[in-house]
Amino acid sequence: MSVREDFREILRLVRPGSRVLDVGCGEGELLELLAREKGVEGRGLEISSAGVSACLARGLAVVQGDADDDLDYFPARGFDYAVLSQTLPQVRQPRHVLSELLRIGERAIVSLPNFGHWRVRFDLLSQGRMPLTHSLPTPWWETPNIHLCTLRDFTQLCDHLGLRIEACAALANGKPARPIDPTRASENWRAESALFLLSRADAPPHGEGATKADLFG
Amino acid sequence: MSDGETPADFIETRSDVARFAAERPLRLDSGAEIRGLEVAYNTYGRLNAERSNAVLVCHALSMDQHAASRNPLTGKPGWWDHVLGPGRPIDTDRFFVICSNVLGGCSGTTGPASIDPATGQPYGLTFPVVTVADMVRAQALLLDALGIDKLFAVVGGSMGGMQVLQWAADYPERLFSAVCIAAAPRHSAQNIAFHEVGRQAIMADPDWRAGDYARQGARPDKGLIVARMAAHITYLSEAALQRKFGRELQRDGLSWGFDADFQVESYLRHQGAVFVDRFDANSYLYITRALDYFDLAISHGGALAAAFRRARDVRFCVFSFTSDWLYPTSESRQIVRALNAAGARASFVEIETDKGHDAFLLDEPVLHAALRGFIGSAADARGVA
Repeated sequence: MSVREDFREILRLVRPGSRVLDVGCGEGELLELLAREKGVEGRGLEISSAGVSACLARGLAVVQGDADDDLDYFPARGFDYAVLSQTLPQVRQPRHVLSELLRIGERAIVSLPNFGHWRVRFDLLSQGRMPLTHSLPTPWWETPNIHLCTLRDFTQLCDHLGLRIEACAALANGKPARPIDPTRASENWRAESALFLLSRADAPPHGEGATKADLFG
Repeated sequence: MSDGETPADFIETRSDVARFAAERPLRLDSGAEIRGLEVAYNTYGRLNAERSNAVLVCHALSMDQHAASRNPLTGKPGWWDHVLGPGRPIDTDRFFVICSNVLGGCSGTTGPASIDPATGQPYGLTFPVVTVADMVRAQALLLDALGIDKLFAVVGGSMGGMQVLQWAADYPERLFSAVCIAAAPRHSAQNIAFHEVGRQAIMADPDWRAGDYARQGARPDKGLIVARMAAHITYLSEAALQRKFGRELQRDGLSWGFDADFQVESYLRHQGAVFVDRFDANSYLYITRALDYFDLAISHGGALAAAFRRARDVRFCVFSFTSDWLYPTSESRQIVRALNAAGARASFVEIETDKGHDAFLLDEPVLHAALRGFIGSAADARGVA
């Protein structure tokens, strides 16, 4: 069975029996996977009625709505993890959504394409056109991404919001995830897309003696 | 299946009336009591040995207990024929479906047209004002009488959806799951305003006789027809009316008078005329009043989430329709947000349709697929075979 690489990472990351909110859960593949493999109690937020219908048929609890408007109504600390997979560049207010994720969840798991990847920079430099890559496959006029950013942009925003990056892994099409330090300039060139485990800087770190090896090892 | 038959004609159906002794009166929100309560109900399918497959279907304002079987008065198929039946989203081969006429109704359950045992005369306006919570109390008594402690699901649209919410607030321990379709957590000013137009139309009919028409051998049909016509407009969308009727005429040319020139006029007149054959004018007053009084947050200290605090273990599914302006999506969202705030297990789907509020009664494939998915997976979780 083929599992998306970022799902595989999230599955590894999430503690058994925890409560997970998947924002932009689509047809519920991740929630179903988490329920089956980790006994997770999942909830979803999904913008399309077709997606919600598919989730209902899987027995998942999913609310139709969007991250910009509907996260505000979830209670604080209602979840152990709030997951936002490859969706942050598509919301109207990424900064607001990110801080909401960490109001609702003790931890947030966020994956996003890196606009600082060398191929993106090279395409823009050499052709003067919006790049098309594995993690950015659609032309500018039909991409849902409206707020693209680089790894450096994202780590800076986390800093501004008082968020701690507990772990980060670079994801590349078809290859195993690679633990990275996202603040390093070289990773901002190398990582095609990245997955972050975030917590509030004022909260205790992820469990006792949690390390990146524990999360991604 | 031959012509004119529907799958509903093959469901195991039972029609009955539950009668409650005068010594066990139904206590109402108003403080009044109803002695000798009668609840008319239909059941479809069979209760399993574990008594775990019961589904209570709550009907809307102008409906009755004939949800899946032909209405004996009109001969028409059940009003939720698309949803209930063998192989339908709520499968009567798997579930035991119960639908009872609401308190204050006129299809067999005690209401203003019933005989007051104290006087031997029809209640008329001496019937006490009832609430949605009172309707639900009567349903709970019926379930007691049927020996059903816990429902697999309570399901309803419009006023039925409000009963579902009331069930979740008052008897959460008796529910495994709940489906609320095209409803609202309270009646808005606009909802109350439309109902007031309907009530005034009835009360302005000289044959209403201050509510005493039954004893005086009259019927305020004209008033009830106007009430139904006004209400019916609120059940449809502007787009649906336009698509169905546009400016089409009944005959060639205008009458240059006040006949029903336009097809939409004739349609509304027809809707009004067939309604008075099966509905009681005083029942219409009482039930619309119950809806106007409905405000689930107010009865829980002003916070809707507080109404659902005890319902955390219930699986909820809320549906709304994009073109429903009677109980618009924003109202359903309030319900869903309150459920989330209370930590309940809530799902929500907004269905794209131009059919307006009445979409919940019509053939809506997306609704039916989502409902089938929700009910089916909940039944698996409950272990209903």
